Order: sequence, then structure tokens, then C-alpha cells
Amino acid sequence: MTREGWIRLLVIAAAVGALEIACRTGWIPMTVVLPPSAMATSLWDILVSGTHWNDILVSLRSVVAAAVIAVVLGFLVGAVIHAAPVVRGAVEPLLASYYAVPTFMFYPVFIILFGVGPGAIIAIAVLLAIVSMISATLVGLDRIPTVLGKTARIMRLGPVERALEISLPAAMPYLFTGIKLSVAYAFIGVIASEFILSGAGMGYAIAYAYNNFNNREMYGLMLLIVLVVTVVNTALDTVDRRLQARLRR
Amino acid sequence: MRNALGTAVVFVVLLLAWEALHLVVANSSLPSPGTTLVQLVALFGDPDFWKHASQTSQAFAVAVVLSTAGGIALGVLLGMNRVAGTVAEPILVNLYSLPKVTLYPVVLLIFGLGISARIAFGIMHGLIPLTLFTMNAILQMKPVYRRSAAVMGLTPWQTSLTVVLPAILPEVITGARLGVSLCLLGVLIGEMFASRNGLGYMVMHAMERGDMPTVLAVALLLAIVALLLNAVLLMLDRAWRH
Repeated sequence: MTREGWIRLLVIAAAVGALEIACRTGWIPMTVVLPPSAMATSLWDILVSGTHWNDILVSLRSVVAAAVIAVVLGFLVGAVIHAAPVVRGAVEPLLASYYAVPTFMFYPVFIILFGVGPGAIIAIAVLLAIVSMISATLVGLDRIPTVLGKTARIMRLGPVERALEISLPAAMPYLFTGIKLSVAYAFIGVIASEFILSGAGMGYAIAYAYNNFNNREMYGLMLLIVLVVTVVNTALDTVDRRLQARLRR
Repeated sequence: MRNALGTAVVFVVLLLAWEALHLVVANSSLPSPGTTLVQLVALFGDPDFWKHASQTSQAFAVAVVLSTAGGIALGVLLGMNRVAGTVAEPILVNLYSLPKVTLYPVVLLIFGLGISARIAFGIMHGLIPLTLFTMNAILQMKPVYRRSAAVMGLTPWQTSLTVVLPAILPEVITGARLGVSLCLLGVLIGEMFASRNGLGYMVMHAMERGDMPTVLAVALLLAIVALLLNAVLLMLDRAWRH
């Protein structure tokens, strides 16, 4: 690990330690924030007793579904837009300011369309995630070096072969950045929808625990989400950095 | 200009798609664009709407000011020190992609149920992108600027204000554009949960009553306001880019 990596670990450990001490000495009341050690034991109890496995599975299923739909659909839409410059010129300004719109306010509309349940939640998560995938696809297809196209022509590759063996690998680093962002947005969309209005899932479980003043369980679940999201994002980020490094070679 | 025309066409297509969806959805619980517009105009005459709107704009304004000032200050602080910057970056990126809504109960426990919780939640959303953009802009700034500042014997404070900030202004505006829209999202999500006022509450309340025209009217209005704000910042961005 690099020197910065060690310092980072030290900073995080110090922050967690400081919170632990502040809670244990009563400087932060236990009714507001639990000490990290208590959060960890609560998380352990939740995992061992199995009370929330159903919520965890529901959330993860929605996240996976939303991420897959956003990536596949986003890639297809991106490829189509890339092939039609007229459409692209019209749509691109909208894509640039898409994330300014609080998409989340349209969650009730999706509840009307799909009912309360995974359908509406997946739809809002896809809506959040898909535009980053479309943008990444456009950038990726733009950056394919022209020489690769010429090579494909010299080798007399058909359109399918050319797409699979030349275009896709060449655009991959950019596409992967889109995948990474889509997964992060899918998590945000799913957990937030569950939190606001739903009957199952980790977000719902946290809101439920909060409404019942069950701080111990609430902090355990929060720790679980923070850990899961951190692990997933860090893993994707590591792959992303490798692919980006390959570009610079 | 051809682009603007194309974008207008896209808007018309979206409106038509909305109308089509309204016709397709059984018993039309989804209001048509026309109904939504009529409801929006009706809302403008409703004092209740203005009460909620002023609550939201108050929380939003305070959150934007605090997160902009804090984000730039934090970004400059981390950017001026290369080690601090590289240490902090992955932590900040991870915080950015975390579903912050899970932490909202903590904010509620600390700040109580009032407007300050919503402001704090808005800041949580808006602060990090601005910090990241400011910090990365300083790390990628031409080293000659910093060296000239050192040659002239400027203090760190003078260097930040007269050299660094003007040099990174475009990136700061880009960060602010992201920060402002996320601030709005944070405030609205805060209002949708455990709140008795604000436009977010208004949408949730209207939904519970099955008043879909109000839901869509408020959501549409917020989308338009957000897009206009974004357009203004985009114009500043273009005007100041060197």
C-alpha cells in the first residue's frame, strides 16, 4: 500500500475511534449516535438472527435489476443516438442538464404506473442511472481511434465482427465508467425509494426502525448499507482505474 | 440554432409521450399534460402552496450558501496540500456515491424535526461535489501559478484569494452546478420524510390523498426551476471559461 493509503486508513481509524470515545464518555448522548462498536455488534446480531435477510435480498435484487436494465438499455440508446447525429444534436443539451432535475419527485408517478413494490423502485433507479450510461457510451464510441476502423476494413471484418472485436473492446474503459456510475446510482435510487415509501427492503427497514425509536437496529442496518456500498464501489473503482491505466499505455 | 430547434422537438415528443401514457394507463390515474398545467396555474393562486414553496426555498437557499462556501473552503484546503488531497479523494468519492438517505435519521436525531435538519441534509448532498471539483482543479492547476505566488512572497491566504481561486473559477462553477442541484434534491427528500411542510411534503401529502394532478404539477414546477437554475450556471460557466 502507498504512504497515502496508510495515512487514509489512519484517518478513518482515528475518526471511528474519536466517535467511539465521544459516545462512551457521554459527550454525544447514546440516544443520538451509538458508538461504532455497538453498531458493529448490532449488525452482527442482525446477520446472525436472520431477521432482515429478506429485506437485504429484496434490496439487492432491485439494485441488480435496476443496474442491469440501466446498463443494457443505456448502452443501446447510446449506440442508437451515436449513429444518428441529428438526434444526438437535439438530445445532448438535455443529457448535460438531466441530473439537475430532481428525478425523485416523480416517484409517485411510478407508484401509480407500477404499484407500490419493486416495479416502481426499479423504474426510478433506472431513471437515475441510465443517463450516466448513455453519456459514457457516447464518449466511449467517440474515442475509438480511427485507425482501428481502418484496420477493420483492411481485414474485411463484417459489421458484427467489427463491433464485437474492435469497437467494444476499444470503448470498454469508458463503458465501464458508465457501469460503475450506474451501479452507484442504482443503489441510491433503490435505497432512497424504499426509505420514503415502500413495504420492504433495507431502506424501509431503516425508516421503520427510526419510526419505532429502535436506534440499535437502525444503526446496525446503516452500517450494513455503508459497508456493502463501500465494498461494491471500491471493487468497481479498482477495475475502473486499471482500465483507465490501460488507455494511457 | 438548429440544435435549439432539435431540443424543442424533443420536448414536444416528450409531451406527446406523456399524453399517450395518460391515454394508455387504465382509468387514467395519470393526469394529462393539460390537466397538470391547469392545476399548476391553480396552485399559484393557493396561499398554502406559497407557504410550502417559501419553506423549501428558504431551506434550499441556506443550504446552497453554506455548502458552496464550505465546499470551496474545504476544496482549497485539501487542494493546497497534495498529501491531504490524495488521502481525502477516495474517501470523498465514496461518500458521494453513498445513498445518503440512509443517514437521514441520524441528521433528524441530531437536528430535530425542524427546518435545520433539511438544511443539513441539503448540505450533505451539495458539499462533496464542490469540494471534489475545487480540490481536483487545484491539483491540476499549472504549477507556474503557484510558483509565481511563491516568488512574490504571498501568504497562503493571499495565494488562495488572488491566484488560486481566479485560476480555478470555471471548475468551481461546474462543481457548483452539480452541488446546487444535489442540494435541492437533498432538501426535497428531507421534506418527503418526517416533515409537515415544504414542497416535498406537499407532494407526499397529495399522493396520499390520490391527488395526482398536484403531485405532477409540483414535480414539473421543480424540474423547470432546477433546469433554469442549471441553465444560468451553465451560462456563467461558458462566460468565464478561459
